[in-house]
Amino acid sequence: MTYMAAEEDEGPPRIEPTSFDLIVVGTGLPESIIAAAAASAGKTVLQINPDPYYHSPFASLSPKDLISFLHLHSATTSDHDYTDFRTVDSPTDQTTDSSFNILPLSTRPLYSSVEVHVYSPEKVLDDSLQKEFNLDLAGPRVLFCADPMVDLIVDVDVQNCMSFMSVDTSYCIYDECQKGKGGGLLWNSVPGSRNAIFRDRSLSLKEKNQLMRFFKLLQAHYHSNSKSSTTTSNEEDDENNSSMKITPEDLETPFVEFLTCKIRLSPKLTSIILYAITMADYEQDNVEACKKDIVKTKVGIDRLMLYHKSVGRFRGATGAMLYPIYGQGELAHFFCRRAAIMGGISITQMPVVGLLVDKDVGNYKGVKLVTGQELFSHHLILAPTFVIPPGLTTPSVSPQDVYYDFVQQDAREKVVRGICITDNSFKPDVANCLVFYTPKSLCPDQMTSVRIFQLSSNVRACPSGMFVVYLSTICGDVVQGKRSINAAKEALFSTSVSGNSEDNSRDPLRENTVVKVKPTLLWSTLYIQELIMGGFDCVSSTPMPDGNLQYSHVVDAALKLFQKMYPDDEFFPKKMPWWNEVVENGACLSEG
Amino acid sequence: MHGRPRKAPTEEEQEASVVKGAKLRSIQAKFFQFHHTNTYTKEALEVNAKLLEMNPEFITGWNYRKLAVQYHLEAAQSDEDSIKSILDEELKVVESALMTNFKSYGAWHHRKWVLNMGHSSTDRELFLLKKFQKLDARNFHAWNYRRFVTALKNIPDEEELQYTTDMIYENFSNYSAWHNRSVLLSRLLKEEVEGYYPKEKVLTEEFEFVRNALFTDPDDQSGWFYHLWLLDQTVKLEHLLVSSWPPNGSNVNVSDYCALSPSLSSISRTLPLILCFSEAVGGINSSTVSVVCESNMDSNLIWTPISVDKSGLARTWLTYLTFSSEPMHPSRNYLVKVSIANSEGIISSAGFCCSNPSHMAFTVCLPSSNTEFDEGPDIERIDWSEENFSSNQLHSENLGLINSFNELTISGDNKKTYETNAKIIADEIDYCRELLSEMDCKIGKLTLARLLLAYDALSSASRGVQDQNMFQYKEILELYHDLMKLDPPHFQYYKDQYSLVFLKQELANEESLLKYCYQYRDSTSLSNNSLCLCLRGLSLSQIGCIERLLWVQMLDLSNNGIRSIEGLESLQLLCCLNLSNNKICSFSALEPLRLLKSLKVLDISHNEIGAHPIDTRRYLCASPLSHTSDWKREEFVVSGPEMTIYWDAFSIFSGLNLRQLSVTGNPIADKKFKLFLCKLLPAMKWLDDEKLR
Repeated sequence: MTYMAAEEDEGPPRIEPTSFDLIVVGTGLPESIIAAAAASAGKTVLQINPDPYYHSPFASLSPKDLISFLHLHSATTSDHDYTDFRTVDSPTDQTTDSSFNILPLSTRPLYSSVEVHVYSPEKVLDDSLQKEFNLDLAGPRVLFCADPMVDLIVDVDVQNCMSFMSVDTSYCIYDECQKGKGGGLLWNSVPGSRNAIFRDRSLSLKEKNQLMRFFKLLQAHYHSNSKSSTTTSNEEDDENNSSMKITPEDLETPFVEFLTCKIRLSPKLTSIILYAITMADYEQDNVEACKKDIVKTKVGIDRLMLYHKSVGRFRGATGAMLYPIYGQGELAHFFCRRAAIMGGISITQMPVVGLLVDKDVGNYKGVKLVTGQELFSHHLILAPTFVIPPGLTTPSVSPQDVYYDFVQQDAREKVVRGICITDNSFKPDVANCLVFYTPKSLCPDQMTSVRIFQLSSNVRACPSGMFVVYLSTICGDVVQGKRSINAAKEALFSTSVSGNSEDNSRDPLRENTVVKVKPTLLWSTLYIQELIMGGFDCVSSTPMPDGNLQYSHVVDAALKLFQKMYPDDEFFPKKMPWWNEVVENGACLSEG
Repeated sequence: MHGRPRKAPTEEEQEASVVKGAKLRSIQAKFFQFHHTNTYTKEALEVNAKLLEMNPEFITGWNYRKLAVQYHLEAAQSDEDSIKSILDEELKVVESALMTNFKSYGAWHHRKWVLNMGHSSTDRELFLLKKFQKLDARNFHAWNYRRFVTALKNIPDEEELQYTTDMIYENFSNYSAWHNRSVLLSRLLKEEVEGYYPKEKVLTEEFEFVRNALFTDPDDQSGWFYHLWLLDQTVKLEHLLVSSWPPNGSNVNVSDYCALSPSLSSISRTLPLILCFSEAVGGINSSTVSVVCESNMDSNLIWTPISVDKSGLARTWLTYLTFSSEPMHPSRNYLVKVSIANSEGIISSAGFCCSNPSHMAFTVCLPSSNTEFDEGPDIERIDWSEENFSSNQLHSENLGLINSFNELTISGDNKKTYETNAKIIADEIDYCRELLSEMDCKIGKLTLARLLLAYDALSSASRGVQDQNMFQYKEILELYHDLMKLDPPHFQYYKDQYSLVFLKQELANEESLLKYCYQYRDSTSLSNNSLCLCLRGLSLSQIGCIERLLWVQMLDLSNNGIRSIEGLESLQLLCCLNLSNNKICSFSALEPLRLLKSLKVLDISHNEIGAHPIDTRRYLCASPLSHTSDWKREEFVVSGPEMTIYWDAFSIFSGLNLRQLSVTGNPIADKKFKLFLCKLLPAMKWLDDEKLR
């Protein structure tokens, strides 16, 4: 049930009951998953949306809303918004119980250097069109059919209310000697499955053979691992015949080394696997650059296996990846709804002004709303926009659990994200696709891979006839990250409205289907997002969207927070095993 | 649908199946009642429909429906609407039956039967098929039905070909799709449909297409099957005549070969003429093959096929030239000209018409008078021991006789085709080598061996020469040698292929052929040519390259691993054959001997005849059990009770006129058997070294 915040006459609405097991402030994806999980586990849950926009920073918004959201939460403007709430609505009718101290809750900026370019305002900013856009704040992001996020939806989505579209195809663009020949770069499609290898036009026969053999080796490795100790001698023999085996020592080597030296894949295949399947960020064969992010063979293999298991998991899905129709926001929305179904209460547009702490001990007791009402709970989850006020004591938690590092990333790193609205697809006949620019393929100082995701109107990202393109890259140096994104934009789009004056000889889309004219930009934005990590305490906070393409870390963070709070409860108990069976057989889930 | 292990039914499933069985029985009883009383009421049909939905495999149920439909159609007369509604109901019943089991023969057949009446719309069929093929893309019932529907709807083959492409792109491990592709392409190529001509272009594209499958997953067989089909299409030669006896340009002394004529008594001026083709052909007769001689010769020739296949075609054809009794100039050589395919009547198994005429000529020397051929009573036993053979010094005239190959005259068009096809194969060879350099792959090796052989055939055909040393033979032999080690379950197949290639290599040219030719010590014991082809101890398992051996009269194949002598029937001049110390395990394996009417001396000692209680070849070879065409029942009566035991020996030997036979060293060769042989072969003089009379 949703508690309606507006009540007639009687001044500010009051919320009943006033005491909960868990209060969640924020409706972003991790907050919503935790709320739904806690509600499913029988806890009393109150979920408060303090923001004018739902599901931030995992929201899907119209262009106008997106920009005003970005400004609201960006470095220059953020402070006074919430201080306003605090000062103006200073509580009048509060309970006079003086056993609590109130710690004011402050927010921090999530975004910075927001740039907006409007090329055709009439096509994008018209008010009547706004509701036809669903632009993701945390794009590009996709679901792998076999990833934990999808597992979760499959477990939870009993009514089958989520619908998805398959990502048609992915391309990997890497810096090759071709650059010298024609000045352009090759678009290699990413062959993630047996049939994709067969169909592929850009791989040589030898590469096809190598790649497929590598995939088979992986399958064998995976099967022998999953069978654990009880392998029959027969099968041992079979594997011995295929001569290659992945040894425990191999698993600890850098994946790039494993691919090039042990498997002997061509540089092209190595690039495709590293950057377009295992989604490595930093240049893997540059020891200097990738000190922080060296993909180990073990990790690489796990990611490849996830990719493989994803292909063909659902009958309706054509590739490994899915995208929710109506945008990412749907996912958070789905879990919010789930929380409500399971008995959670949610209130909207209700700023929280402070935390209530025990006067004597100084530990968390509850929250104070902008209306002055005080609500109490055992646990509190805060969205990443809030700064946990200092002076909160932590009674029962051992020091190493404090500020658990959910997403193991360099604290100085940030994500540069861009959103472009264009008039055409990169490739004819391809609606939803991913493009990976490997490090240094765009410009010499591009340190990390740039991921690009084009969506069409068939996922309701935009009105028909337009395309939405998300770009992102992780960066330590903001200037350099922005330069990479801008280079990608330049390579992919033209800004001139006529579009015909483009110099076609430098067209990057050379490979068999040549787009004569690059898509023209109608609108674009670029912003830098902080990578704020979550932490666990009596008051816990959820992380910001990470720089990855998939949701694994989001689910992981939610799961860890849930388990810390409720070590004895199951995270979404699987009550209906029959349902699993239906889905495993590919009956539903995906639409497309 | 494939590769799913069968699970033991759970208790619930077992219960359900018991309940289903009971229900089925009661409906079935009801149905039979209607069936036996020829009741075709609405109720009866509903019962039947229910039954078929539960058990689509029930053929009687479908047959009943056919009767019912016929009954109602008669009643409906020519009222289109009611006819349509009757038939639509049938389609519905089939559909629900197929939902239960889409592999039900009866249901698919019934649907075809209904559609064939031509009253129903076929629009729904492809939609239905799409559904079934989504469930199981390989389902051959659906593919079969698809071919039926597309023929009914006149869907162009090009469109269907695109469909197979789409299906293969979806999953290339689809035998049915590859198969249908080959069927469609055969038609498109034959009809030279626009875009499917020239054939070479299409083949190149197809090779490229399937190559992607082979490289992506060499362990998947479906692509290799298609590749083999393509190879077959590429290597097909349009020229047919390979060799002849007497060879082109030779000079034959007719009196040397009189003994070979079918009837010894009256005519002694006959000469066999043998034509050997690259594949089985039909339509060889006096109008398609003209034989002209300067001297008087009976031009009304009767051509006999040797060893006919199912469609009545044969690789080797035989006729006897009969010369008039009095030559005008006894010492002169007369020219005989043979022209083949003067009229387009020769048809090959591949469907080619042999439209390129071939010509050849040889000279004959006719004996001055009617010298009666007489075997004489004192003819000596042939002794196969080595010391009786000496390496020979051939006379030049004999050399001409050995070289039985026909110099081919190939028209420019064909020559170009062979060249292009040889180029295609050469490319395939390169790709195959590339694959093998990446990984060890049995089928890759086998394919490479086949490709090399095909290349050899094509490139020599394009040059118009057949007798040259081919460099690849060594590699092919190595490949088969490797395969024998790599793939023991198929050892025998590789061994057979090895033997064929080895023979090809060794018999390829005159020079190496002569290494195997020996002179028998005593030429008087043979009626004529005492040149023996000695292929002993070469561990052959099969005999091949027959087209080069048409001249052979004495053949030593002893001390090999021979199991089959298929093809030997083409050696129509053969009179002495040594098969001792081989692996022949039954008399039925000797079946080709029945066609060698000149055979006088046979040694099959030290084989395995009688060692295996079950003759696995029996049903492969001609026998009274398999087909009866040239078996005369009355022949069986002759020999009495032994017949039931030795019928297979009887079937081989009864038609032969053997003078000398060795069977010792075979488990079957006991005293009783030898007695049987003596009775069966009254003209026999030696049995196992023993002189009989």
